[in-house]
Amino acid sequence: MTIATVDAVPVEVVRGRGGGGPAPTRTVVAYGFWIFILSDITMFSGLFAAYAVLSDRTAGGPTGSDLFNLRNVFIETMCLLVSSYTAGLGALSAERRQRERFLVFAAFTFVLGAAFLYIEISEFAGMVGKGAGPSRSAFLSAFFTLVGMHGAHVTSGLLWLVYMVAQVVAKGLRPHVLRRLLCFSLFWHALDIIWVGVITLVYLMGAR
Amino acid sequence: MHDGRCAIAGAQHGPASNAHGGRGRLGGARWLVVGAAMSVASCQQTGVLEPEGPVASAERLLLINATAIMLVVVVPVIVATLAFAWWYRSSNARARRSEEVAYEGRIDFVVWSIPALVVILLGGVCWIGAHQLDPRAPILAGTKPLDVDVASLDWKWLFIYPAQGVAAVNQLVVPVGTPVRFRLTSATVMNSFFVPQLGSQIYTMPGMTTHLNLLADKPGEYPGLSANFSGDGFADMRFTVHAVSAGDFAGWVAQVRGSGSALDIPGYAALAKSSQAVPPTTYRSVDPQLFERIVDQTALSPGKARAGGASSPPVRRAGG
Amino acid sequence: MLGKLTWAAIPFYQPLPLYAMGVVGIVILAALGVVTVKGGWPYLWREWLTSVDHKRIGVMYLILALIMLLRGFSDAIMMRSQQAIAIGGAQGYLPPDHYDQIFSSHGTIMIFFVAMPFVIGLMNFVVPLQLGVRDVAFPVLNSVSFWLTASGALLINVSLVVGSFARTGWMGYPPLSELAYSPDVGVDYYLWLLQISGIGTLFAGINMVTTILKLRAPGMTYMRMPIFCWSALTSSILIVVAFPILTATFAMLLLDRYVGMHFFTNDAGGNMMMYVNLFWAWGHPEVYILILPAFGVFSEVIATFSGKPLFSYRSMVLALLAICVLSFTVWLHHFFTMGASADVNAFFGIMSMIIGVPTGVKVFNWLFTLFGGRVVFRTPVLFSIGFMVTFVLGGMTGVLLAVPPVDFVLHNSVFLVAHFHNVIIGGVIFGALAGYNYWFPKAFGFTLDEKWGKASFWCWLVGFYLAFTPLYALGLMGMTRRLQHIADPNWRPLLLVAEAGAVIVFLGILCQLMQFYVSFRTRESRRDLTGDPWNGRTLEWSTSSPPPAYNFAVLPRVETIDAFWQMKRRGLARAEPVYEAIEVPRNSPIGIVIAFFAVMSGFALIWQIWWMAIIGLLAIAVTVMVFGWSENREREIPANEMARMERARLSFGRPA
Repeated sequence: MTIATVDAVPVEVVRGRGGGGPAPTRTVVAYGFWIFILSDITMFSGLFAAYAVLSDRTAGGPTGSDLFNLRNVFIETMCLLVSSYTAGLGALSAERRQRERFLVFAAFTFVLGAAFLYIEISEFAGMVGKGAGPSRSAFLSAFFTLVGMHGAHVTSGLLWLVYMVAQVVAKGLRPHVLRRLLCFSLFWHALDIIWVGVITLVYLMGAR
Repeated sequence: MHDGRCAIAGAQHGPASNAHGGRGRLGGARWLVVGAAMSVASCQQTGVLEPEGPVASAERLLLINATAIMLVVVVPVIVATLAFAWWYRSSNARARRSEEVAYEGRIDFVVWSIPALVVILLGGVCWIGAHQLDPRAPILAGTKPLDVDVASLDWKWLFIYPAQGVAAVNQLVVPVGTPVRFRLTSATVMNSFFVPQLGSQIYTMPGMTTHLNLLADKPGEYPGLSANFSGDGFADMRFTVHAVSAGDFAGWVAQVRGSGSALDIPGYAALAKSSQAVPPTTYRSVDPQLFERIVDQTALSPGKARAGGASSPPVRRAGG
Repeated sequence: MLGKLTWAAIPFYQPLPLYAMGVVGIVILAALGVVTVKGGWPYLWREWLTSVDHKRIGVMYLILALIMLLRGFSDAIMMRSQQAIAIGGAQGYLPPDHYDQIFSSHGTIMIFFVAMPFVIGLMNFVVPLQLGVRDVAFPVLNSVSFWLTASGALLINVSLVVGSFARTGWMGYPPLSELAYSPDVGVDYYLWLLQISGIGTLFAGINMVTTILKLRAPGMTYMRMPIFCWSALTSSILIVVAFPILTATFAMLLLDRYVGMHFFTNDAGGNMMMYVNLFWAWGHPEVYILILPAFGVFSEVIATFSGKPLFSYRSMVLALLAICVLSFTVWLHHFFTMGASADVNAFFGIMSMIIGVPTGVKVFNWLFTLFGGRVVFRTPVLFSIGFMVTFVLGGMTGVLLAVPPVDFVLHNSVFLVAHFHNVIIGGVIFGALAGYNYWFPKAFGFTLDEKWGKASFWCWLVGFYLAFTPLYALGLMGMTRRLQHIADPNWRPLLLVAEAGAVIVFLGILCQLMQFYVSFRTRESRRDLTGDPWNGRTLEWSTSSPPPAYNFAVLPRVETIDAFWQMKRRGLARAEPVYEAIEVPRNSPIGIVIAFFAVMSGFALIWQIWWMAIIGLLAIAVTVMVFGWSENREREIPANEMARMERARLSFGRPA
């Protein structure tokens, strides 16, 4: 026994209180990905909490002010923020089905993201070389894990960007490709938000 | 307190047995078992319901009071559940049905109010009780407190008497009526120091010091244990608290000073090796720095400064 | 070449695990053999293993839960037996080394591989049907979630045979779980398998939140959603916000163990108290993840079998939301004895009591749903009434433990163990079993035998009280938890009663197995021909039993709460709807493929077989990329085929 509806076409029912029926695919996909980003931010907040608790437990070893180079942090931050800007421009181009412009902005985003990673990896290598690696003290464990986890996300983002460029080249800017690009944009901007948290809590407060 | 009457059992027998009358989804048999269990429980004389100190007494009182307050709501709810289910069964022709009622404002108000009121009451009890029975709060009893330093090892308890300069393993002798100020730490993993008849337990953690204050009212022997799992030998981490008169305590200290070995650093190294089911022993002298070094985690490697760093003080309080 | 793995990892000289492994191995091989002989692999692959249908996935979750219930329960019986025997000077039959693994795996299995799959399985099966839609938001992700959970379950069973499991308890507190005190692979098994299944659970939570918030039938506003969907929503929000904390915490412990970092170590500034805080910041929401869907089940069952709407739906929704938010504010009550100040302890004690208010409200509202109704005592109702009595007692002991000074004498005792079993068995298990009995006909097209169902209820109820009331008493007498042997012979009678209780619960489980067997044998006589065996109120009862793969040929238009009930009352027009083409997702092997490589990577990481780990992780990445490239994930069923299928389906059992 099924419900017989009056007709198969969804009627204008009770909009605004959630009565509009199933949302379109693009909305569902983007919303689901946002919820995933929410969960990722929660995971980062666990690492942030650990960092906050352990930030002064240096075990007689180097502290943040000994190690942090704020000039490099500024450069990396600029790279990441501008890469978000170029990613945004790329997203707009994609929405307008401007394939070549999208590819150009994607390339800029990639280069800036890679520059960020290069600076960060150099920073890590330098610290390890000075004997301030993650197993030196709890503070350094927390630092490397928090900042490193963000870096790992940036790395995945860059790999994903390459993969998306390949999809755009192979398939063009079709609806399902655009949905996936939307998810990438959300991810990339979310990494910016996390980074702002990192520079505040770790670098700015730690270097004082 | 040792009157043998089953106090808690009484509180739970009375109102609850109404549920037995004929409607019983619960079944009389189960309540018999519960009653029996409760009787066995409170006639045992070594547990939480048989306090031998002011801390434990206060905690037992809180337990009973909080239970009684909640039973005032819980018992009618249970009775009502069984009663409503039975009365409104579909085969009952006498029941008046009201199958369209989905909301009634007055009932809703009462439904939110009852738990809220109970919680407000219990919340007050909770706030006051937590402050009065804070483990760190010293017990004022007119006599000078006795200091005891406690370290949990794998898998035994070490008790150091800093003022007397002696130590004991798996036995704790205290004078009656004297507040005992404990400083506690662990040499290895997390444990929990617990003497049920004297009151609160507290965790012991390596690299940190926790604090506890207890007092024994009457002479006697009270079992103690570790209440946090710590490995293979955990079940044997038991000790006995001997509460004795002040004179007997002095006598015990004198006797301990006269026999047994010294708990110096090599002696401690031997003690710290893993062992289980260790019989009670005593030490006639203790290295005065031993407890601090256990906390610092330098007791086994004298030359090395603790890698806790300049920014963390050597004897750290846990929590707070 | 094989990392830390050697032949010594297999317990050739330990009879108990060897025997257990042998029995389980034979059973598994026999099952696989039967499937092969009957030529069942194509069917199994096509209809179940690669299915992305939420109904199939829900059923598989439940099957996983019931199988793991047997494993977790055998751990329980072993523990009870050991504690009944090893009293006074006796050492029992389980040396500490084994006993410690058994209680650790008991807790881990019951929480992560019985309770969670049960609850997630019910949510999976029911929610899209109740919302009047065809599937969840991300069907392939749903399959991946299930298979990742199953991977974790497989690994914990492998730990019985190859190597050992953690000996730290199910919480894994450092420093005991650090390398210094747990040098073998046990804790690594625990951490990696929970990370794997944790990802699965997280994805399931994301899926469910998106489905409930963005995919509902036209006209179904938030306040017309069935109450079970609200409970699924709040539980899934908790999953999304709490599980990542566990992921981060376990990642930190793994870094300590594998790379020598110092998050929780004794030296170099590590802080074990932080682990305790982080763990329970996940751990407390976790128990609400488990209980909220159970509350939803009870709301549906009590309303349906009273023939009345749920009393005060709005308050019930508000209570669910309140519990959802408040569950993040109480975590410290799991460690009042860790030495926090009185202000901190008192605050968390009071918050823990405040969360009892919405719970109490729900109990009262169920009471008033029964009041004035017409109650039919089917098995789900018995479980509901048993729940209302039992859970209230368990909640009472919980509020008792929330008073810090009371907790100071009861923390980590078997009183605590009795409390949480009280609420988990009385709440989650009873809810799961009620839901299982209630929705079984919808899933399989025939009802379950009532006699055996009631028998299993009574065994569970009596068994629970017999097993755990003695533990309440023993906790008051000073018995702590996780004891491999008991010093005080006076405790023997109570421990024997507890053992008897465990045996009776086992009989309850046997009754359930019997119930399924008997029901299957007599299924023709108990066919659900109308799709609505209980005179239900919500939309899942408007479909046939079982529903077609696409659930609804035409999405229902919802105008009220209890949509199906109102539709029945208004008398449905029997006119045939106008069929349109619909899209249904295609099957996908992605879930099972990822699971295969997840097990491989997990095992490799545990045993530090680095080349195998890298291959496994790369394979997962490649699989994800292959899926991420794909199109054509759906296929269209044209309108005429819809019409044909619907007419054929509805010609059976249609009332004249």
